[in-house]
Amino acid sequence: MIRSELIQKIADENPHLYHRDVERIVNTVFNEVTEAMARGDRVELRGFGAFSVKQRDSRTGRNPRTGESVHVEEKHVPFFKTGKLLRDRLNGQED
Amino acid sequence: MSNRTLTRMDLSEAVFREVGLSRNESAQLVESILGHMSDALVAGEQVKISSFGTFSVREKTARVGRNPKTGEEVPISPRRVLTFRPSHLMKDRVADGNKR
Repeated sequence: MIRSELIQKIADENPHLYHRDVERIVNTVFNEVTEAMARGDRVELRGFGAFSVKQRDSRTGRNPRTGESVHVEEKHVPFFKTGKLLRDRLNGQED
Repeated sequence: MSNRTLTRMDLSEAVFREVGLSRNESAQLVESILGHMSDALVAGEQVKISSFGTFSVREKTARVGRNPKTGEEVPISPRRVLTFRPSHLMKDRVADGNKR
């Protein structure tokens, strides 16, 4: 499923909404999650999962081609942990 | 870094502000988005949201695990796990936003 298919499903269920509004709604939800993480916030969606930011410490890496060592700055990366309900549903335990 | 935790309520509030719908309807829409994504994943489909990221289901084979506390061997049955791979755009925005 891709973004446009998700938008279509929501549009089909809500015939009273303009298609462009459904697009805005779906885009708003994903943007909100990304913006929260860009601020360092967590987004916890019970049953689905939680988005958070993990810190990776600075380290001395190596250029795999030349073997030369390079300093890699500390950085922050997005992380997702699956919620319990979804994890159970994936494994055929509906309730 | 503000270190707040956002919930469904914050997402529906954002939808409420963005489009002129009631708070109640905004909340229902957020719920259906998550519902459709979950259903697709449970059906074994990949969910690919451009400029956000990709959720995919991976099959894990059975293996023998160990209770780290007691050292006891326990069988781990085959299972399906969900992985999320953030898009480059998301990685960049998260990295830039949290730089000090």
